[in-house]
Amino acid sequence: MTITEKILASHSGKKKVTAGEFVNVNIDLVMSHDLSAGIAIQQFKKAGFQKVFDPQKVVMVMDHYVPNKDVMCATQNVELREFAREHKIVFYPEGKGGICHVILPEKGFILPGEVVIGADSHTCTYGALGAFSTGMGSTDTAVAMATGKIWMKVPPTIKFVYNGTLPEWIGGKDLILMTIGKIGVDGALYSAMEFTGEIVAQISIADRMTMANMAIEAGAKAGIFHVDQKTLEYIKPLSNRPYEVFESDKDADYTQVVEFDVSNLEPQVALPSLPENVRPVSTFRNVKIDQAVIGSCTNGRLEDLRIAAKLIKGQKVHPDVRCIVIPGSQQVYLEAMQEGLIEAFIRAGAVVSTPTCGPCVGGYMGILAAGEKCISTTNRNFVGRMGSPHSEIYLSGPAVAAASALTGTITAPKEVTQS
Amino acid sequence: MIKGKAHKFGANIDTDAIIPARYANLTVPEELGNHCMEGIAPDFSQKVLTGDIIIADTNFGCGSSREVAPISIKGAGVAGVIAKTFARIFFRNAINIALPLLQCPEAVDNTEQDDELEIDLTSGKIKNLTKNIVFSAAPYPDFIREIIDAGGLLNYAKKSR
Ligand code: SF4
Repeated sequence: MTITEKILASHSGKKKVTAGEFVNVNIDLVMSHDLSAGIAIQQFKKAGFQKVFDPQKVVMVMDHYVPNKDVMCATQNVELREFAREHKIVFYPEGKGGICHVILPEKGFILPGEVVIGADSHTCTYGALGAFSTGMGSTDTAVAMATGKIWMKVPPTIKFVYNGTLPEWIGGKDLILMTIGKIGVDGALYSAMEFTGEIVAQISIADRMTMANMAIEAGAKAGIFHVDQKTLEYIKPLSNRPYEVFESDKDADYTQVVEFDVSNLEPQVALPSLPENVRPVSTFRNVKIDQAVIGSCTNGRLEDLRIAAKLIKGQKVHPDVRCIVIPGSQQVYLEAMQEGLIEAFIRAGAVVSTPTCGPCVGGYMGILAAGEKCISTTNRNFVGRMGSPHSEIYLSGPAVAAASALTGTITAPKEVTQS
Repeated sequence: MIKGKAHKFGANIDTDAIIPARYANLTVPEELGNHCMEGIAPDFSQKVLTGDIIIADTNFGCGSSREVAPISIKGAGVAGVIAKTFARIFFRNAINIALPLLQCPEAVDNTEQDDELEIDLTSGKIKNLTKNIVFSAAPYPDFIREIIDAGGLLNYAKKSR
Protein backbone atom coordinates (compact mmCIF):
# COMPACT_ATOMS: atom_id res chain seq x y z
CA MET A 1 0.00 0.00 0.00
CA THR A 2 1.01 3.64 -0.44
CA ILE A 3 1.28 6.00 2.51
CA THR A 4 -2.11 7.44 1.50
CA GLU A 5 -3.76 4.00 1.43
CA LYS A 6 -2.25 3.11 4.80
CA ILE A 7 -3.52 6.28 6.47
CA LEU A 8 -7.01 5.81 5.05
CA ALA A 9 -7.05 2.12 6.05
CA SER A 10 -5.99 2.96 9.59
CA HIS A 11 -8.75 5.55 9.85
CA SER A 12 -11.53 3.36 8.51
CA GLY A 13 -10.88 0.30 10.64
CA LYS A 14 -9.47 -1.75 7.79
CA LYS A 15 -6.29 -3.74 7.31
CA LYS A 16 -6.14 -2.93 3.64
CA VAL A 17 -7.76 -0.54 1.19
CA THR A 18 -7.27 -0.23 -2.54
CA ALA A 19 -7.66 2.71 -4.90
CA GLY A 20 -11.25 3.23 -5.99
CA GLU A 21 -12.74 1.72 -2.84
CA PHE A 22 -15.30 3.80 -0.89
CA VAL A 23 -14.47 4.15 2.80
CA ASN A 24 -16.01 5.90 5.75
CA VAL A 25 -13.08 7.67 7.36
CA ASN A 26 -12.66 8.85 10.96
CA ILE A 27 -11.17 12.29 10.91
CA ASP A 28 -8.71 13.89 13.31
CA LEU A 29 -9.51 17.51 12.52
CA VAL A 30 -12.03 19.51 10.56
CA MET A 31 -11.34 23.10 9.56
CA SER A 32 -13.46 25.87 8.10
CA HIS A 33 -12.91 29.58 7.55
CA ASP A 34 -14.91 32.78 7.23
CA LEU A 35 -15.77 32.18 3.56
CA SER A 36 -16.85 28.56 3.94
CA ALA A 37 -18.16 28.30 7.50
CA GLY A 38 -21.34 30.28 6.83
CA ILE A 39 -22.94 27.65 4.62
CA ALA A 40 -21.50 24.85 6.77
CA ILE A 41 -23.26 26.30 9.82
CA GLN A 42 -26.45 26.75 7.82
CA GLN A 43 -26.33 23.08 6.74
CA PHE A 44 -25.38 21.95 10.25
CA LYS A 45 -28.53 23.60 11.59
CA LYS A 46 -30.70 22.48 8.70
CA ALA A 47 -29.75 18.87 9.38
CA GLY A 48 -30.77 19.33 12.99
CA PHE A 49 -27.33 18.51 14.39
CA GLN A 50 -27.07 19.55 18.03
CA LYS A 51 -23.37 19.43 18.67
CA VAL A 52 -19.96 18.95 17.09
CA PHE A 53 -18.29 15.55 17.46
CA ASP A 54 -15.34 16.92 19.43
CA PRO A 55 -14.87 20.67 20.07
CA GLN A 56 -11.09 20.25 20.26
CA LYS A 57 -11.06 18.82 16.75
CA VAL A 58 -13.17 21.45 15.07
CA VAL A 59 -11.24 24.58 14.09
CA MET A 60 -12.56 27.79 12.60
CA VAL A 61 -10.18 30.40 11.24
CA MET A 62 -10.99 33.97 10.26
CA ASP A 63 -8.66 34.75 7.38
CA HIS A 64 -10.24 35.48 4.01
CA TYR A 65 -12.02 38.80 4.53
CA VAL A 66 -10.76 39.91 7.92
CA PRO A 67 -10.44 42.39 9.49
CA ASN A 68 -14.02 42.63 8.18
CA LYS A 69 -13.88 44.08 4.69
CA ASP A 70 -17.50 45.23 4.48
CA VAL A 71 -20.87 45.14 6.22
CA MET A 72 -21.84 41.82 4.66
CA CYS A 73 -18.72 40.08 6.02
CA ALA A 74 -19.08 41.80 9.36
CA THR A 75 -22.64 40.53 9.66
CA GLN A 76 -21.80 36.98 8.68
CA ASN A 77 -18.79 36.89 10.99
CA VAL A 78 -21.07 37.65 13.94
CA GLU A 79 -22.84 34.38 13.22
CA LEU A 80 -19.55 32.51 12.98
CA ARG A 81 -18.36 33.83 16.32
CA GLU A 82 -21.67 32.87 17.93
CA PHE A 83 -21.42 29.34 16.59
CA ALA A 84 -17.82 29.06 17.80
CA ARG A 85 -18.80 30.25 21.29
CA GLU A 86 -21.85 28.04 21.51
CA HIS A 87 -20.00 24.87 20.50
CA LYS A 88 -16.74 25.80 22.24
CA ILE A 89 -14.74 24.91 19.14
CA VAL A 90 -11.20 26.11 18.50
CA PHE A 91 -11.52 29.60 17.06
CA TYR A 92 -8.87 31.89 15.58
CA PRO A 93 -10.11 35.44 15.03
CA GLU A 94 -7.99 38.12 13.38
CA GLY A 95 -5.08 39.08 15.59
CA LYS A 96 -4.71 35.57 17.01
CA GLY A 97 -4.02 33.41 14.00
CA GLY A 98 -3.59 34.12 10.33
CA ILE A 99 -4.19 32.17 7.13
CA CYS A 100 -5.64 28.76 8.01
CA HIS A 101 -3.08 26.67 6.13
CA VAL A 102 -0.21 28.59 7.69
CA ILE A 103 -1.42 28.45 11.27
CA LEU A 104 -2.73 24.88 11.57
CA PRO A 105 0.71 23.28 11.05
CA GLU A 106 2.41 26.11 12.97
CA LYS A 107 0.23 25.54 16.05
CA GLY A 108 0.64 21.77 16.15
CA PHE A 109 -2.80 20.80 14.86
CA ILE A 110 -1.30 18.56 12.19
CA LEU A 111 0.74 15.45 12.91
CA PRO A 112 1.95 12.62 10.65
CA GLY A 113 -0.56 9.92 9.84
CA GLU A 114 -3.60 12.06 10.63
CA VAL A 115 -6.64 12.68 8.45
CA VAL A 116 -7.67 16.30 8.10
CA ILE A 117 -10.69 17.71 6.28
CA GLY A 118 -11.07 21.37 5.51
CA ALA A 119 -13.71 23.50 3.86
CA ASP A 120 -11.03 24.91 1.61
CA SER A 121 -9.44 23.40 -1.46
CA HIS A 122 -5.88 24.07 -0.27
CA THR A 123 -6.33 21.88 2.80
CA CYS A 124 -4.02 19.50 0.91
CA THR A 125 -1.15 21.65 2.30
CA TYR A 126 -0.83 19.47 5.41
CA GLY A 127 0.43 16.53 3.39
CA ALA A 128 3.81 18.19 3.85
CA LEU A 129 3.87 16.68 7.35
CA GLY A 130 2.89 13.17 6.25
CA ALA A 131 -0.81 13.64 7.03
CA PHE A 132 -3.66 12.92 4.63
CA SER A 133 -5.57 16.13 4.15
CA THR A 134 -8.07 17.22 1.58
CA GLY A 135 -10.54 19.97 0.79
CA MET A 136 -14.30 19.60 0.84
CA GLY A 137 -17.30 21.85 0.44
CA SER A 138 -19.41 23.27 3.21
CA THR A 139 -22.06 20.53 3.36
CA ASP A 140 -19.43 17.80 3.66
CA THR A 141 -17.78 19.90 6.35
CA ALA A 142 -21.06 20.30 8.26
CA VAL A 143 -21.48 16.52 8.32
CA ALA A 144 -17.85 16.05 9.32
CA MET A 145 -18.19 18.58 12.16
CA ALA A 146 -21.18 16.70 13.51
CA THR A 147 -20.17 13.09 12.97
CA GLY A 148 -16.37 13.08 12.89
CA LYS A 149 -16.60 10.96 9.78
CA ILE A 150 -16.56 11.50 6.05
CA TRP A 151 -17.00 9.24 3.04
CA MET A 152 -14.16 9.08 0.60
CA LYS A 153 -13.06 7.21 -2.43
CA VAL A 154 -9.51 5.96 -1.89
CA PRO A 155 -7.49 7.86 -4.50
CA PRO A 156 -4.93 6.23 -6.78
CA THR A 157 -1.41 7.59 -6.21
CA ILE A 158 1.00 9.15 -8.68
CA LYS A 159 4.59 9.21 -7.48
CA PHE A 160 6.82 12.17 -8.30
CA VAL A 161 10.57 11.77 -7.89
CA TYR A 162 12.80 14.85 -7.84
CA ASN A 163 16.51 14.15 -8.34
CA GLY A 164 19.69 16.10 -9.07
CA THR A 165 21.08 19.09 -7.24
CA LEU A 166 19.05 22.10 -6.24
CA PRO A 167 20.09 25.24 -8.16
CA GLU A 168 20.28 28.63 -6.45
CA TRP A 169 16.96 30.50 -6.03
CA ILE A 170 14.93 27.37 -6.71
CA GLY A 171 12.29 26.52 -4.11
CA GLY A 172 9.17 24.45 -3.63
CA LYS A 173 7.13 26.84 -5.79
CA ASP A 174 9.38 26.30 -8.80
CA LEU A 175 9.24 22.52 -8.35
CA ILE A 176 5.47 22.41 -8.15
CA LEU A 177 4.90 24.93 -10.97
CA MET A 178 7.24 22.91 -13.17
CA THR A 179 5.32 19.74 -12.26
CA ILE A 180 1.90 21.26 -13.01
CA GLY A 181 3.32 22.66 -16.25
CA LYS A 182 4.29 19.11 -17.22
CA ILE A 183 1.14 17.22 -16.20
CA GLY A 184 -1.53 19.93 -16.60
CA VAL A 185 -4.27 21.25 -14.35
CA ASP A 186 -6.09 17.92 -14.44
CA GLY A 187 -2.95 15.78 -14.66
CA ALA A 188 -3.55 14.29 -11.21
CA LEU A 189 -7.37 14.48 -11.17
CA TYR A 190 -8.81 12.58 -8.17
CA SER A 191 -5.32 11.21 -7.34
CA ALA A 192 -2.88 11.59 -4.49
CA MET A 193 0.48 13.09 -5.45
CA GLU A 194 3.33 11.51 -3.50
CA PHE A 195 6.42 13.73 -3.57
CA THR A 196 9.75 11.92 -3.16
CA GLY A 197 13.40 11.94 -4.19
CA GLU A 198 16.72 13.29 -3.01
CA ILE A 199 15.70 16.90 -3.65
CA VAL A 200 12.68 16.55 -1.37
CA ALA A 201 14.99 15.58 1.47
CA GLN A 202 16.94 18.82 0.96
CA ILE A 203 14.09 21.30 0.94
CA SER A 204 12.48 22.88 4.01
CA ILE A 205 9.12 22.00 5.50
CA ALA A 206 7.92 25.40 4.25
CA ASP A 207 8.88 24.41 0.69
CA ARG A 208 7.09 21.09 1.11
CA MET A 209 3.98 22.94 2.24
CA THR A 210 4.18 25.10 -0.88
CA MET A 211 4.28 21.96 -3.02
CA ALA A 212 1.52 20.05 -1.23
CA ASN A 213 -0.57 23.26 -1.24
CA MET A 214 -0.68 23.32 -5.03
CA ALA A 215 -1.52 19.63 -5.53
CA ILE A 216 -5.11 20.80 -6.03
CA GLU A 217 -3.90 22.90 -8.96
CA ALA A 218 -3.18 19.62 -10.75
CA GLY A 219 -6.68 18.40 -9.80
CA ALA A 220 -5.32 16.15 -7.04
CA LYS A 221 -7.22 15.11 -3.94
CA ALA A 222 -4.09 15.29 -1.79
CA GLY A 223 -0.35 15.86 -1.90
CA ILE A 224 1.78 13.92 0.52
CA PHE A 225 5.39 13.65 1.70
CA HIS A 226 7.11 10.96 3.73
CA VAL A 227 8.14 11.81 7.27
CA ASP A 228 11.86 12.42 7.80
CA GLN A 229 14.15 14.04 10.35
CA LYS A 230 13.05 17.52 9.25
CA THR A 231 9.40 16.64 9.82
CA LEU A 232 10.11 15.26 13.27
CA GLU A 233 12.13 18.32 14.26
CA TYR A 234 9.34 20.57 12.99
CA ILE A 235 6.55 18.93 14.97
CA LYS A 236 8.52 18.14 18.14
CA PRO A 237 8.09 21.47 19.93
CA LEU A 238 4.47 21.82 18.78
CA SER A 239 2.54 18.89 20.18
CA ASN A 240 2.65 15.92 22.58
CA ARG A 241 -0.22 14.10 20.94
CA PRO A 242 0.65 10.55 19.90
CA TYR A 243 0.94 9.93 16.17
CA GLU A 244 1.84 7.17 13.77
CA VAL A 245 4.27 7.38 10.88
CA PHE A 246 3.31 5.52 7.70
CA GLU A 247 5.58 4.63 4.80
CA SER A 248 4.73 3.46 1.29
CA ASP A 249 5.62 -0.19 0.71
CA LYS A 250 8.30 -1.03 -1.83
CA ASP A 251 5.71 -2.82 -3.94
CA ALA A 252 3.02 -0.16 -3.54
CA ASP A 253 0.72 0.44 -6.49
CA TYR A 254 1.29 3.67 -8.40
CA THR A 255 -0.71 4.61 -11.46
CA GLN A 256 2.32 6.49 -12.68
CA VAL A 257 5.86 7.33 -11.61
CA VAL A 258 7.15 10.67 -12.91
CA GLU A 259 10.84 11.50 -12.50
CA PHE A 260 12.53 14.86 -12.82
CA ASP A 261 16.17 15.92 -12.76
CA VAL A 262 16.02 19.49 -11.51
CA SER A 263 19.74 20.32 -11.68
CA ASN A 264 19.20 22.80 -14.51
CA LEU A 265 15.82 24.09 -13.45
CA GLU A 266 15.29 27.84 -13.75
CA PRO A 267 12.81 29.76 -11.60
CA GLN A 268 9.35 29.09 -13.01
CA VAL A 269 6.49 31.48 -13.79
CA ALA A 270 2.90 30.58 -14.70
CA LEU A 271 1.30 32.90 -17.25
CA PRO A 272 -2.35 33.88 -17.11
CA SER A 273 -4.85 32.27 -16.75
CA LEU A 274 -4.05 28.70 -15.71
CA PRO A 275 -1.36 27.40 -13.34
CA GLU A 276 -0.23 24.99 -16.09
CA ASN A 277 0.97 27.79 -18.42
CA VAL A 278 4.46 27.54 -17.00
CA ARG A 279 7.65 28.97 -18.55
CA PRO A 280 11.17 29.50 -17.23
CA VAL A 281 11.71 33.07 -16.06
CA SER A 282 14.42 33.75 -18.66
CA THR A 283 11.83 33.56 -21.46
CA PHE A 284 10.10 36.70 -20.19
CA ARG A 285 11.19 39.86 -21.96
CA ASN A 286 9.98 43.18 -20.67
CA VAL A 287 6.68 42.02 -19.18
CA LYS A 288 5.75 45.10 -17.12
CA ILE A 289 3.94 44.57 -13.84
CA ASP A 290 1.78 46.92 -11.80
CA GLN A 291 1.70 44.90 -8.60
CA ALA A 292 3.74 42.26 -6.80
CA VAL A 293 2.11 40.17 -4.08
CA ILE A 294 4.25 38.19 -1.63
CA GLY A 295 2.20 36.10 0.78
CA SER A 296 -0.70 33.58 0.90
CA CYS A 297 -1.00 30.01 2.15
CA THR A 298 1.38 29.02 -0.65
CA ASN A 299 4.29 31.38 0.09
CA GLY A 300 3.49 33.43 3.19
CA ARG A 301 5.82 31.65 5.61
CA LEU A 302 8.92 33.04 7.29
CA GLU A 303 11.23 31.21 4.86
CA ASP A 304 9.45 32.89 1.94
CA LEU A 305 9.70 36.35 3.47
CA ARG A 306 13.40 35.78 4.14
CA ILE A 307 14.01 35.04 0.46
CA ALA A 308 12.08 38.14 -0.62
CA ALA A 309 13.82 40.32 1.97
CA LYS A 310 17.23 39.10 0.90
CA LEU A 311 16.60 40.62 -2.52
CA ILE A 312 14.65 43.69 -1.42
CA LYS A 313 16.76 44.80 1.56
CA GLY A 314 18.54 48.07 0.86
CA GLN A 315 16.80 48.45 -2.52
CA LYS A 316 13.72 50.37 -3.61
CA VAL A 317 10.53 48.96 -5.06
CA HIS A 318 10.16 50.18 -8.66
CA PRO A 319 8.15 53.44 -8.76
CA ASP A 320 5.48 51.91 -11.02
CA VAL A 321 4.94 48.84 -8.83
CA ARG A 322 2.75 48.35 -5.76
CA CYS A 323 4.54 45.69 -3.73
CA ILE A 324 2.29 44.06 -1.13
CA VAL A 325 3.83 41.79 1.48
CA ILE A 326 1.45 39.72 3.61
CA PRO A 327 2.90 37.56 6.39
CA GLY A 328 0.87 34.35 6.59
CA SER A 329 0.29 34.47 10.33
CA GLN A 330 0.75 36.60 13.41
CA GLN A 331 3.71 34.42 14.33
CA VAL A 332 5.31 34.84 10.93
CA TYR A 333 4.72 38.59 11.20
CA LEU A 334 6.34 38.75 14.62
CA GLU A 335 9.35 36.68 13.65
CA ALA A 336 9.77 38.64 10.44
CA MET A 337 9.74 41.79 12.52
CA GLN A 338 12.33 40.42 14.96
CA GLU A 339 14.57 39.44 12.07
CA GLY A 340 14.31 42.89 10.51
CA LEU A 341 12.51 41.66 7.39
CA ILE A 342 9.51 43.91 7.91
CA GLU A 343 11.76 46.94 8.24
CA ALA A 344 13.51 45.99 5.02
CA PHE A 345 10.18 45.81 3.18
CA ILE A 346 8.92 49.09 4.57
CA ARG A 347 12.14 50.94 3.85
CA ALA A 348 12.00 49.62 0.28
CA GLY A 349 8.54 51.12 -0.15
CA ALA A 350 6.44 47.98 0.13
CA VAL A 351 3.02 47.68 1.77
CA VAL A 352 3.11 45.28 4.72
CA SER A 353 -0.33 44.00 5.68
CA THR A 354 -1.80 42.16 8.60
CA PRO A 355 -2.11 38.40 7.91
CA THR A 356 -5.04 37.75 5.55
CA CYS A 357 -5.82 36.07 2.24
CA GLY A 358 -6.44 39.55 0.88
CA PRO A 359 -5.81 39.87 -2.84
CA CYS A 360 -5.19 36.14 -3.39
CA VAL A 361 -8.91 35.55 -3.72
CA GLY A 362 -9.75 39.05 -4.94
CA GLY A 363 -11.34 40.07 -1.66
CA TYR A 364 -9.53 43.29 -0.90
CA MET A 365 -6.03 44.64 -0.11
CA GLY A 366 -4.77 44.80 -3.69
CA ILE A 367 -7.50 44.41 -6.28
CA LEU A 368 -6.42 44.79 -9.91
CA ALA A 369 -7.97 47.15 -12.47
CA ALA A 370 -8.66 46.15 -16.07
CA GLY A 371 -5.41 45.93 -18.01
CA GLU A 372 -3.20 45.56 -14.94
CA LYS A 373 -0.65 42.82 -14.44
CA CYS A 374 0.47 41.30 -11.16
CA ILE A 375 3.24 38.88 -10.26
CA SER A 376 2.10 36.89 -7.26
CA THR A 377 3.34 34.13 -4.99
CA THR A 378 -0.24 32.85 -4.65
CA ASN A 379 -1.54 29.67 -6.26
CA ARG A 380 -4.21 30.61 -8.81
CA ASN A 381 -4.08 32.89 -11.83
CA PHE A 382 -7.61 32.27 -13.06
CA VAL A 383 -9.46 35.01 -14.94
CA GLY A 384 -10.60 37.68 -12.47
CA ARG A 385 -9.19 35.93 -9.41
CA MET A 386 -7.54 39.15 -8.16
CA GLY A 387 -10.04 41.65 -9.47
CA SER A 388 -11.09 42.74 -12.95
CA PRO A 389 -11.65 39.91 -15.42
CA HIS A 390 -9.39 41.93 -17.69
CA SER A 391 -6.43 41.91 -15.31
CA GLU A 392 -3.66 39.31 -15.44
CA ILE A 393 -1.88 37.26 -12.79
CA TYR A 394 1.54 35.64 -13.16
CA LEU A 395 2.46 33.08 -10.50
CA SER A 396 5.98 32.63 -9.14
CA GLY A 397 7.97 31.95 -6.01
CA PRO A 398 9.02 34.75 -3.64
CA ALA A 399 12.42 35.26 -5.30
CA VAL A 400 11.02 36.11 -8.74
CA ALA A 401 8.22 38.21 -7.23
CA ALA A 402 10.71 40.24 -5.17
CA ALA A 403 13.14 40.67 -8.06
CA SER A 404 10.28 41.79 -10.31
CA ALA A 405 9.04 44.26 -7.70
CA LEU A 406 12.44 45.96 -7.88
CA THR A 407 12.76 46.13 -11.66
CA GLY A 408 9.11 46.59 -12.64
CA THR A 409 9.26 43.71 -15.12
CA ILE A 410 9.24 39.94 -14.62
CA THR A 411 12.83 39.31 -13.65
CA ALA A 412 15.08 36.44 -12.58
CA PRO A 413 16.47 36.84 -9.06
CA LYS A 414 20.07 36.50 -10.27
CA GLU A 415 19.59 39.69 -12.34
CA VAL A 416 19.18 41.85 -9.25
CA THR A 417 21.73 40.40 -6.86
CA GLN A 418 24.71 42.66 -6.51
CA SER A 419 27.91 40.68 -6.27
CA MET B 1 -36.84 14.38 -16.68
CA ILE B 2 -34.90 17.53 -17.58
CA LYS B 3 -35.48 19.46 -20.79
CA GLY B 4 -33.74 22.64 -21.87
CA LYS B 5 -31.27 24.46 -24.04
CA ALA B 6 -27.54 23.75 -24.01
CA HIS B 7 -25.07 26.42 -22.94
CA LYS B 8 -21.62 25.38 -24.04
CA PHE B 9 -18.35 26.06 -22.20
CA GLY B 10 -14.73 24.95 -22.68
CA ALA B 11 -12.25 23.05 -20.51
CA ASN B 12 -11.07 23.91 -16.97
CA ILE B 13 -13.96 26.19 -16.06
CA ASP B 14 -12.87 27.17 -12.55
CA THR B 15 -14.99 28.20 -9.60
CA ASP B 16 -13.72 31.80 -9.82
CA ALA B 17 -15.28 31.88 -13.29
CA ILE B 18 -18.48 30.24 -12.06
CA ILE B 19 -18.87 32.64 -9.14
CA PRO B 20 -16.20 35.20 -8.24
CA ALA B 21 -15.23 35.17 -4.54
CA ARG B 22 -16.56 38.69 -4.05
CA TYR B 23 -20.05 37.18 -4.18
CA ALA B 24 -19.18 34.21 -1.98
CA ASN B 25 -20.85 35.76 1.06
CA LEU B 26 -24.25 35.75 -0.63
CA THR B 27 -26.47 32.98 0.66
CA VAL B 28 -29.67 33.25 -1.39
CA PRO B 29 -29.35 30.87 -4.38
CA GLU B 30 -31.17 33.23 -6.78
CA GLU B 31 -28.90 36.14 -5.86
CA LEU B 32 -25.88 33.94 -6.47
CA GLY B 33 -27.50 32.84 -9.72
CA ASN B 34 -27.55 36.46 -10.91
CA HIS B 35 -23.74 36.38 -10.98
CA CYS B 36 -23.31 32.84 -12.28
CA MET B 37 -20.53 32.56 -14.91
CA GLU B 38 -20.04 36.33 -14.67
CA GLY B 39 -16.28 36.05 -15.05
CA ILE B 40 -16.36 34.36 -18.46
CA ALA B 41 -19.88 34.93 -19.81
CA PRO B 42 -21.23 38.17 -18.32
CA ASP B 43 -24.63 37.77 -20.03
CA PHE B 44 -25.14 34.15 -18.95
CA SER B 45 -27.56 34.86 -16.12
CA GLN B 46 -29.76 36.92 -18.44
CA LYS B 47 -29.76 34.34 -21.22
CA VAL B 48 -30.27 31.18 -19.20
CA LEU B 49 -33.81 29.88 -18.72
CA THR B 50 -35.04 27.60 -15.98
CA GLY B 51 -34.36 24.02 -16.97
CA ASP B 52 -31.38 24.79 -19.23
CA ILE B 53 -28.28 22.64 -19.23
CA ILE B 54 -24.57 23.50 -19.05
CA ILE B 55 -22.26 21.55 -21.36
CA ALA B 56 -18.54 21.70 -20.63
CA ASP B 57 -15.30 20.03 -21.58
CA THR B 58 -12.85 18.49 -19.07
CA ASN B 59 -12.22 19.41 -15.40
CA PHE B 60 -15.38 21.46 -14.89
CA GLY B 61 -15.46 23.22 -11.51
CA CYS B 62 -11.73 23.14 -10.79
CA GLY B 63 -10.23 25.49 -8.22
CA SER B 64 -11.68 26.48 -4.90
CA SER B 65 -14.01 24.39 -2.74
CA ARG B 66 -16.66 27.10 -2.57
CA GLU B 67 -20.03 25.45 -2.41
CA VAL B 68 -21.62 28.63 -3.77
CA ALA B 69 -20.37 27.49 -7.19
CA PRO B 70 -22.92 24.70 -7.67
CA ILE B 71 -25.46 26.71 -5.65
CA SER B 72 -25.13 29.63 -8.08
CA ILE B 73 -25.59 27.28 -11.05
CA LYS B 74 -28.73 25.90 -9.47
CA GLY B 75 -29.82 29.41 -8.48
CA ALA B 76 -29.51 30.54 -12.10
CA GLY B 77 -32.09 27.90 -12.99
CA VAL B 78 -29.72 25.39 -14.58
CA ALA B 79 -31.13 21.88 -14.23
CA GLY B 80 -27.94 19.90 -14.79
CA VAL B 81 -24.34 19.92 -16.03
CA ILE B 82 -22.89 17.54 -18.62
CA ALA B 83 -19.08 17.46 -18.87
CA LYS B 84 -16.25 15.21 -20.00
CA THR B 85 -14.83 15.23 -16.46
CA PHE B 86 -15.52 17.12 -13.23
CA ALA B 87 -13.10 18.43 -10.60
CA ARG B 88 -13.56 16.35 -7.47
CA ILE B 89 -14.59 18.90 -4.85
CA PHE B 90 -17.11 20.42 -7.25
CA PHE B 91 -18.48 16.94 -7.92
CA ARG B 92 -19.04 16.27 -4.22
CA ASN B 93 -20.57 19.68 -3.62
CA ALA B 94 -23.01 19.30 -6.50
CA ILE B 95 -24.12 15.84 -5.41
CA ASN B 96 -24.51 17.09 -1.85
CA ILE B 97 -26.87 19.88 -2.89
CA ALA B 98 -28.62 17.74 -5.51
CA LEU B 99 -27.42 19.45 -8.69
CA PRO B 100 -27.35 16.63 -11.27
CA LEU B 101 -23.98 16.08 -12.98
CA LEU B 102 -23.50 13.77 -15.92
CA GLN B 103 -20.19 12.59 -17.28
CA CYS B 104 -20.52 11.97 -21.00
CA PRO B 105 -17.76 12.99 -23.46
CA GLU B 106 -19.81 11.96 -26.53
CA ALA B 107 -22.67 14.24 -25.57
CA VAL B 108 -20.24 17.12 -25.09
CA ASP B 109 -18.60 16.58 -28.49
CA ASN B 110 -21.93 16.29 -30.30
CA THR B 111 -23.84 19.17 -28.77
CA GLU B 112 -23.73 22.77 -29.88
CA GLN B 113 -24.77 26.00 -28.21
CA ASP B 114 -28.58 26.25 -28.01
CA ASP B 115 -29.25 22.62 -28.96
CA GLU B 116 -32.35 21.31 -27.26
CA LEU B 117 -31.57 18.49 -24.79
CA GLU B 118 -33.59 16.04 -22.75
CA ILE B 119 -32.08 14.08 -19.85
CA ASP B 120 -33.54 11.10 -18.07
CA LEU B 121 -31.72 11.12 -14.74
CA THR B 122 -32.71 7.61 -13.74
CA SER B 123 -31.36 5.93 -16.85
CA GLY B 124 -28.63 8.48 -17.58
CA LYS B 125 -29.90 8.85 -21.16
CA ILE B 126 -29.17 12.19 -22.79
CA LYS B 127 -31.18 13.02 -25.91
CA ASN B 128 -30.10 15.79 -28.26
CA LEU B 129 -33.52 16.69 -29.68
CA THR B 130 -32.07 19.15 -32.20
CA LYS B 131 -29.79 16.53 -33.73
CA ASN B 132 -31.84 13.52 -32.77
CA ILE B 133 -29.01 11.54 -31.17
CA VAL B 134 -29.04 9.67 -27.85
CA PHE B 135 -26.08 9.31 -25.49
CA SER B 136 -25.54 7.38 -22.26
CA ALA B 137 -23.82 9.05 -19.32
CA ALA B 138 -21.49 7.07 -17.05
CA PRO B 139 -23.58 5.54 -14.24
CA TYR B 140 -22.94 6.74 -10.67
CA PRO B 141 -21.15 4.33 -8.32
CA ASP B 142 -23.69 2.60 -6.01
CA PHE B 143 -22.47 4.49 -2.98
CA ILE B 144 -23.10 7.88 -4.59
CA ARG B 145 -26.43 6.67 -5.93
CA GLU B 146 -27.43 6.03 -2.30
CA ILE B 147 -26.63 9.64 -1.37
CA ILE B 148 -28.61 10.92 -4.33
CA ASP B 149 -31.52 8.62 -3.53
CA ALA B 150 -31.52 9.82 0.07
CA GLY B 151 -31.96 13.36 -1.27
CA GLY B 152 -28.45 14.63 -0.63
CA LEU B 153 -25.77 14.20 1.99
CA LEU B 154 -27.60 15.78 4.94
CA ASN B 155 -30.45 13.31 4.71
CA TYR B 156 -28.06 10.46 4.08
CA ALA B 157 -26.00 11.34 7.17
CA LYS B 158 -29.10 11.69 9.33
CA LYS B 159 -30.35 8.32 8.16
CA SER B 160 -27.07 6.49 8.77
CA ARG B 161 -26.37 8.02 12.16
S1 SF4 C 1 -4.35 32.49 0.79
FE1 SF4 C 1 -5.55 32.29 -1.09
S2 SF4 C 1 -5.51 30.14 -1.62
FE2 SF4 C 1 -4.82 30.33 0.50
S3 SF4 C 1 -6.62 29.98 1.75
FE3 SF4 C 1 -6.46 32.19 1.40
S4 SF4 C 1 -7.66 32.60 -0.45
FE4 SF4 C 1 -7.32 30.40 -0.35
